[in-house]
Amino acid sequence: MNDKKGIIITGAVIGLFGGLLVKLGNPLNMGICVACFIRDIAGSIGLHRAGVVQYLRPEILGFVLGAFIIARLTGEFKVTGGSSPISRFVIAMFVMIGALVFLGCPLRMVLRLAGGDWNAILGIVGFVLGVLVGSQFLKKGFTLGRSYKINKTSGYILPLIMVLFLILRVIKPGFIIFSESGPGAAYAPWIIALIAGLVIGIFAQRSRICMAGGIRDLYLIRDNHLITGFISIFVFAFIINLIFGNFNPGFAGQPAAHTDWLWNLLGMFLTGFGSVLLGGCPLRQTILAGEGNTDSAVTFFGYLVGAAIAHNFGLAASGSGVSFAGKFAVIFGIVVVGLIGISSIKLSRSN
Amino acid sequence: MLEVDTRGRSCPEPVIMTKNAVSGLQKEDSIKVLIGEEVAKENVGRFARNAGCEVDIEEKGNEEYKLIITKK
Repeated sequence: MNDKKGIIITGAVIGLFGGLLVKLGNPLNMGICVACFIRDIAGSIGLHRAGVVQYLRPEILGFVLGAFIIARLTGEFKVTGGSSPISRFVIAMFVMIGALVFLGCPLRMVLRLAGGDWNAILGIVGFVLGVLVGSQFLKKGFTLGRSYKINKTSGYILPLIMVLFLILRVIKPGFIIFSESGPGAAYAPWIIALIAGLVIGIFAQRSRICMAGGIRDLYLIRDNHLITGFISIFVFAFIINLIFGNFNPGFAGQPAAHTDWLWNLLGMFLTGFGSVLLGGCPLRQTILAGEGNTDSAVTFFGYLVGAAIAHNFGLAASGSGVSFAGKFAVIFGIVVVGLIGISSIKLSRSN
Repeated sequence: MLEVDTRGRSCPEPVIMTKNAVSGLQKEDSIKVLIGEEVAKENVGRFARNAGCEVDIEEKGNEEYKLIITKK
């Protein structure tokens, strides 16, 4: 399924589930959002205490487990690690912080646009610029170094944690926090969310769909393969939003969004920049983590901690806009990711 | 023959390393690209074919591949 058809179908599956999950209870324009949902998971296990965004999202568990299952079946499950895990962890934290200042991962950015949220246009501009800057680093020889085959056990750890989370979601013990209001309290029935996650995980693993990769490949090697998936998500989400009456064009009053254009742009710039250095967007990293890539599993934990920091220190945006701390964190993040990038070019040259 | 070892490099580094190596090729010159995973094999193969090269894939076992890329 590495042809055009595969990637278009994957985009269609994501777009359709994105629209459908909203219909079944997920927050508006948030049928699927890797960043928001990892943030909700961070809240539900108490890593942050923002009461309105705490829920063990079965979609994310499904992404990892779907990719894990299909990779096992196709023989692509391969346990690797050792490619600068701590640098990846830090970059991932800032990718998440950038996404939470914009209010969405690259995937939700496309779903927001498909719901008529024009603020997403600024996000896309920032994301594209971030990917282009990151691509320049790659051109100049940036690398986080090679990974190696490692002990198989490590590859099972994240999928097993996801199984544990799934059990906790189903039995709902008292120490797991579930929002009583706000976006965290808006969710589709868990079994459907899980199935959606599994199906998307399987398709995404087979097609290698990646939001950052689409723009990167178009620019670096004039290859439009991955960007086709990006466009497919938009088209199908747009159609389903029209059918369900969830297309509401405009800037103001959009669900889980703000109109602070500069910070929509810069937040997504940071996310795009960091994602290219990591080798993929949050969705792709989550899928890779299921395939046994422990560097991506470390990246996943970086997202989780980044989300906790974003909410514990008031960096995450809200409908009313971006705090001073949030703005500072984005600029600081661009500097830190840039410094990791520059030093990783120098290192690759001196080796 | 120039050998490019992309094993263990994360996406899209194998493609960029191949691209840099291919850009120096004359007609009918070949390079050897060592690849450690399925995804990189697809990506490098797709890139090389799009760049007007012939691609010969040799499986080395243990999920490693050797691609011989020849400029047409």
